[in-house]
Amino acid sequence: MAELHLWSGLRALADGKEMVEIEGATVGQVLDGLVTAYPGLEPALKRGVSVAVDGQIVPNSRNHPVKPDSEVFLLQKLAGG
Amino acid sequence: MALDGQKTAYKYIGTTPNRPDGLDKVTGRARYGADINVPGMLHGAVVRSPHAHAKIVKIDATKALAMEGVKAVITRADFPEGLEGEDWDLQENCMAGEKALYDGHAVAAVAATTPLLARDAAKLIDVTYEILPHVTDVDEAMKEGAPVIREGAADFSVPEGLHPNVVRYFDSGRGDLDKGFAEADLILERSFTTEAAHQGYIEPHACLGQMGADGRGELWVCTQGHWFMRRMSTAVLGIETTNIRVTPSEIGGGFGGKTTIFIEPLSLALSRKAGGKPVKMVMSRNEVLRATGPTASASMDVKMGMTKDGRITAAHGTFRMQGGAFAGAPVDVTTMLAFANYDIEHVHHIGYDVMTNRPRQAAYRAPGAPMAAFATESVIDEMCRELGLDPIDTRLKNAAKEGTRATFGPKYGPIGFVETLEAAKAHPNYAEPLGPNQGRGVASGYWMNWGGETSASVAISEDGSVTVSVGTPDIGGSRASMALMAAEAFGIPYENVRVNISDTGALGVNEPTHGSRATYASGLATIRSAEECIKKLCKRAADKWGIDAEAVVWEDGRAKPSGPNAGEFPPMTIAEIAGAMGGTGGPISGHYEDSPSGFSGSFGTHVVDVEVDPETGRTTILRYLVVQDAGKAIHPAYVEGQFQGGAAQGIGWALNEEYVYGEDGRLQNPVFLDYRVPVASDLPMIDTVIVEVPNPGHPYGVRGVGETGITPPLPAVANAVRDATGKRICKLPLRPSRVLAAIQGKTV
Repeated sequence: MAELHLWSGLRALADGKEMVEIEGATVGQVLDGLVTAYPGLEPALKRGVSVAVDGQIVPNSRNHPVKPDSEVFLLQKLAGG
Repeated sequence: MALDGQKTAYKYIGTTPNRPDGLDKVTGRARYGADINVPGMLHGAVVRSPHAHAKIVKIDATKALAMEGVKAVITRADFPEGLEGEDWDLQENCMAGEKALYDGHAVAAVAATTPLLARDAAKLIDVTYEILPHVTDVDEAMKEGAPVIREGAADFSVPEGLHPNVVRYFDSGRGDLDKGFAEADLILERSFTTEAAHQGYIEPHACLGQMGADGRGELWVCTQGHWFMRRMSTAVLGIETTNIRVTPSEIGGGFGGKTTIFIEPLSLALSRKAGGKPVKMVMSRNEVLRATGPTASASMDVKMGMTKDGRITAAHGTFRMQGGAFAGAPVDVTTMLAFANYDIEHVHHIGYDVMTNRPRQAAYRAPGAPMAAFATESVIDEMCRELGLDPIDTRLKNAAKEGTRATFGPKYGPIGFVETLEAAKAHPNYAEPLGPNQGRGVASGYWMNWGGETSASVAISEDGSVTVSVGTPDIGGSRASMALMAAEAFGIPYENVRVNISDTGALGVNEPTHGSRATYASGLATIRSAEECIKKLCKRAADKWGIDAEAVVWEDGRAKPSGPNAGEFPPMTIAEIAGAMGGTGGPISGHYEDSPSGFSGSFGTHVVDVEVDPETGRTTILRYLVVQDAGKAIHPAYVEGQFQGGAAQGIGWALNEEYVYGEDGRLQNPVFLDYRVPVASDLPMIDTVIVEVPNPGHPYGVRGVGETGITPPLPAVANAVRDATGKRICKLPLRPSRVLAAIQGKTV
């Protein structure tokens, strides 16, 4: 299962956990699994997040592969000028 | 993700040919937003609130509509109801509903046969207001008893007990702050403020909209992103996206401020109400400054710990930002990037997004990063002074490198921060002797960059020249960069490539030219499209020679047989294959679409020397050096231009630019005479050093370079003024009156 790391503001919505292990072969499956496990996180994910898989930020990429030993970080939604 | 086959030797990449749009721009032939004219068009004007916060009691357009030549008046009643979220925010900002939320907020618009008539008619639209209490300062807006901009605007993230003007809350970090600060020999905490600064693009917003009663039409507009423009405008008007085709004009600057909508849906709504006649709208500078952009203002507290030998042990920052009367101040990014330059084990950020009675903030070059850099890099500078450490050596000791876990979570891939610091230290500017009242400042900055939705095509012409079609408007010379990358991929001269910025009807969705993404993402799509063309060109040659396509290679613009059984054939040039393509299978083109995720951030280090007049407090920039990682500079002159432009805007933000509001909540300086951006005579030639640590996520190693350059100037200039005067000023801008007061020992 992939390690999914939450920024501290999200931890209160996930039983105080900094890291959760979620099954999933893609970013989309991992995010869906996260909401299933912790429904309180749904508003945060709906507001928009960026996802980093093994150090690479993969915006708008629910299909991006996630390996069982991947390190996944949720990040604030990114923008630019 | 590293891509295979990254090139390292180039024929065209790294050269500096003239930009293909250069002649048009220097001769006035290029058509900008206000240059679009069509027969029978009308002209629009907007009625704007003179009040910072007021209930709109009544709008009476009787007198305006009675004027000869006035064809339509619109108010919020002409827009659909029921929008939610971002779409509602856009609609409410483009045209006020129940309340005017800031000085300059649009409350009605009129279309008439001439610009003068439209402006006169706008003056005759009678708006009755009930003035409400207002607040324009971020700290004041958070206090108990502050006027509430809009009840119920806060999202799930805001803790109970905060003022309703706090609409988003951010909390991120790792480690054990107590442990980190306990390891420090010096702990320093300071509070800082920055004022709102406008993007300051020279070309005001301008558009020409046409829409019939069937809800179909066209929009010609000055924008950084015409697909964004289409999606937002149609959402606000409640029509299907593809009903409107959007064509971008040339663009005289955007810097993030032209990634959203203001007058564009108004021109379409006026056109529909005027029977489908096109309506042209051009903002005045007063309107640009009062009602578009600027970036957020900030109030910040930063605390850092450092050992005697310069190791940062812990960092904590609280960042409060107001982004006007809507959620969206870029404090989310601030809470990710404030300490991102450094390898810090114990770090924590808190952010508040606060509403005030100011215009809705828009993205501005590295949104959220320069303010944070001002606070964090100033604290580091002050700590270096107290501990007697060299500011570059200290940054080198703490610098993020490949494999460092970023303060926002993931590990960095290959990055060039250390290289920028080493190059800055080795530069002659860093050894220049300083005179009386002169000082030197150093600061570093980072921007993450972006990939984004991208679609591009490449087509081969009958004579072998190449047309590249991209969807990212050319703001800083990207046509030249695309042409160079296509020339490199095909092995044909730069002059044989023409680059078009396509309209929304010609390509799939493209995000704007934002996030420093155009050269990276559209460039990647251009190269991949070219590679698809090359495969087809090789196939045509193989067919002619009667061999397998796999036995043909492409070199220097020619197909050549390759391999032991390919046979002996004279190479075929792209022109020879293209000249026959009509009879060998038809047109040859390539296409690529993606949301590429191989972008990589860019670090920069700036060194500035200033002289401060002790009698007036005026700061003069003596020398300025920008060192930044470009990954691979496709067109080095335009990369340098991005470095210099970012520095110039940052210097303006540091020294002069600010939104000044009166007690009545009205903007006091809505003209360039009073809103002081730097001009050429204010600045020396800005020196540049391009560092190239290739990005493995691009075939040629490109990193975006557009935004990082505005991040270090705010602290670099402040640190230099500190060096020159002995006074640490924690408020921007460092206008002469503020610097003089500090020199005189007054509280600033």
